[in-house]
Amino acid sequence: MNGSNGGCAARRPKTRASAEICNNRQDGKAIGHSNYIDTLDRETKMTIARYSLIAAAVLAMTACGKQEPTKQASQPAAKSDASAPAKSANIIKIGHAAPLTGNIAHLGKDNENGVRMAVDEINAAGGVEIAGKKLKIELISEDDQADPKTATTVAQRFVDQKVSGVIGHLNSGTTIPASKIYSDAGIPQISPSATAVAYTAQGFKTTFRVMANDAQQGKVLGQFAVNKLKAKKVAIVDDRTAYGQGLADEFEKAAKAAGAEIVKREFTTNQETDFNSILTTIKGVKPELIFYGGMDAQAAPLTKQARKLGIKAPVMSADGAQTPEFIKLAGADAEGTYASIPGLPKEQLPGGKEFLAKFKQKFNTEVQLYAPNCYDAVMVMLEAMKKAGSTEPAKYLPALSKVDYSGVTGKIAFDEKGDLKNGAITIYQVKKGKWEIVETVGGGK
Amino acid sequence: MDIFLQQIINGLVVGSVYALIALGYTMVYGILQLINFAHGEIVMIGAMVTITCINFLIGHNVNLPGPLLLALGLAMAIPVTMLLGYLIERIAYRPLRKAPRLAPLITAIGVSIVLQQAAMMIWGRNYRAFPAILPSDVVEFGGASITTLQIAIIALSIVLLIGLFLLIERTKMGRAMRATAQSPDVARLMGVNVNNIISLTFMIGSALGAVAGVLVAANYDQAHAYMGFMIGLKAFTAAVLGGIGNLGGAVLGGILLGLIESIGSGYLGDLTGGFLGSQYKDIFAFLVLILVLIFRPSGLMGERVAERA
Repeated sequence: MNGSNGGCAARRPKTRASAEICNNRQDGKAIGHSNYIDTLDRETKMTIARYSLIAAAVLAMTACGKQEPTKQASQPAAKSDASAPAKSANIIKIGHAAPLTGNIAHLGKDNENGVRMAVDEINAAGGVEIAGKKLKIELISEDDQADPKTATTVAQRFVDQKVSGVIGHLNSGTTIPASKIYSDAGIPQISPSATAVAYTAQGFKTTFRVMANDAQQGKVLGQFAVNKLKAKKVAIVDDRTAYGQGLADEFEKAAKAAGAEIVKREFTTNQETDFNSILTTIKGVKPELIFYGGMDAQAAPLTKQARKLGIKAPVMSADGAQTPEFIKLAGADAEGTYASIPGLPKEQLPGGKEFLAKFKQKFNTEVQLYAPNCYDAVMVMLEAMKKAGSTEPAKYLPALSKVDYSGVTGKIAFDEKGDLKNGAITIYQVKKGKWEIVETVGGGK
Repeated sequence: MDIFLQQIINGLVVGSVYALIALGYTMVYGILQLINFAHGEIVMIGAMVTITCINFLIGHNVNLPGPLLLALGLAMAIPVTMLLGYLIERIAYRPLRKAPRLAPLITAIGVSIVLQQAAMMIWGRNYRAFPAILPSDVVEFGGASITTLQIAIIALSIVLLIGLFLLIERTKMGRAMRATAQSPDVARLMGVNVNNIISLTFMIGSALGAVAGVLVAANYDQAHAYMGFMIGLKAFTAAVLGGIGNLGGAVLGGILLGLIESIGSGYLGDLTGGFLGSQYKDIFAFLVLILVLIFRPSGLMGERVAERA
């Protein structure tokens, strides 16, 4: 303790060389030593530097290795699946990937629920009829932890398990690296929520998405901010993910084109909870609007902290923050925040009311964000399989790109890149603790 | 200038919380030469228990002023974390006290993961919002804003720190703790119950951790099962920066780290012409750790102690 820690703090070595010798000598002996007093004696020689570095290294290793257990747990299962081809002949395997742990696990669960609802409904009805045979669907749901590295591992696992198609991933940052693996394996991938432009711009034939992308979303938001909200000085923050960065770039382009000045561009990460430093810097340039490109887990504390620092400018974000969770986390400070989602308002969707009621009944929770899109993504994939009369990726892929389907979220047809044709964007604002529709741009029912 | 002042305030608030947590690391290190990596999780559990308790009270229409509710929540969380701290030491560390020192270190990391997963099972994977019971009045001075809560954080930290110093320097129990830190065997010969003292150290550290966890959760209005990892790592860095094993060092290290982070991330973008943005905020803590380890392995306040030892 203070001024009295004999055995604890290390003796500062007189010279660096002697310290090293001392360390090296004890290295081999100290491990495996069992005499307490003797060990203590030696331990005083051990420098803190050495100790802390070992500790940090071990900790870093565990931090990186956190996904190990799930990997090991699911691999044997995968093997047993593959070794029973006879059974799986009457089964369509569909993979779903989203973060099921971590700070946006609520969104991952929402996506999974959307997919599960579609799968359960079809299985309950005895399966889907493809080429005269009733087939049941097996859903393989994986946790990609919103981490690009994990996402590629998950993608490879899907390929190894020979899934017929993949619904996912949730984040653009995970969808993009995974899409290369699916493309190489020829497996069609429909993302229900990855809005980054780059996803379908890679020239892959297997990439599809069932909502408008960030080029449209950023443009609509940028024009809305300048033309309707009359914001001339705008500060932009993004979380440096493929989604947040891409969206913020598109927003910046549109806002500049409409005549606004970008007074500050700041960055954070998708793990951060403390935004006081960047908000303080932003406060200094007095913006009339703060745009955040990222997810609700950051948008909410950012909004709260802005108010605490006395920043009155409204916060604007996009689909990542347009969730009930945002209002829950930001509380009263959520009031007045703007955010958009690709697509028509949930309640105004062609099959919206019915879907929301069924969802609530089945999972006893509200739809967060993209569950309806996930539901439709499964249906569109099955529609293409029915048309092609096959569950083979190579055979139904051409049918998927030509699909024309009316789902819960509206009409679904893809352009040559795999983007949704005629995607709508809806802007919302928090009023009295609820997301209220401000306006809808584009799209056809 | 007002921006700079604001960054200082931001840094002091974060720093005082780091200091409280760093004390937990440094006290245990002072006595056992063990880095208790599960301490970050204690902080998280302190926050979670308090939130659950406050929500329970609100749910049962207990109509009390916010600070009192918070005090009740803390009154629940502190015994829970103290018990947890005691159990961790009793179950995970005591059987390994004579083992090679790498063994308890690995165990510490294991305990940390177990607690994190357990918290995920109990409280779920989502962020939990901190109940809006505290006044969020903003006080303005010199162009900078500080909330009453942030003033309370700094004040409460100072009170706790003074209390801890008095406990360790002025009481019989504190003397026993210092003696145990110096030499457990001699302390035992002098009639000190070393095992009790070690348990006590864990419990005091855990109580401080619980308070810190609640302050963090209240300040950022949220808590989640993973919050302990990063904040624990930062506080550990603060303890090493100040000189691990040294109480004053932990406080100095915590405040310094908070200031470095706040000012660093506030000006990094402008200083590097936009090349490095504020998203690299976390590197400051670890950059500091590396520099300290290279140039001053015993920490800022470690040297004096080391020479005397």
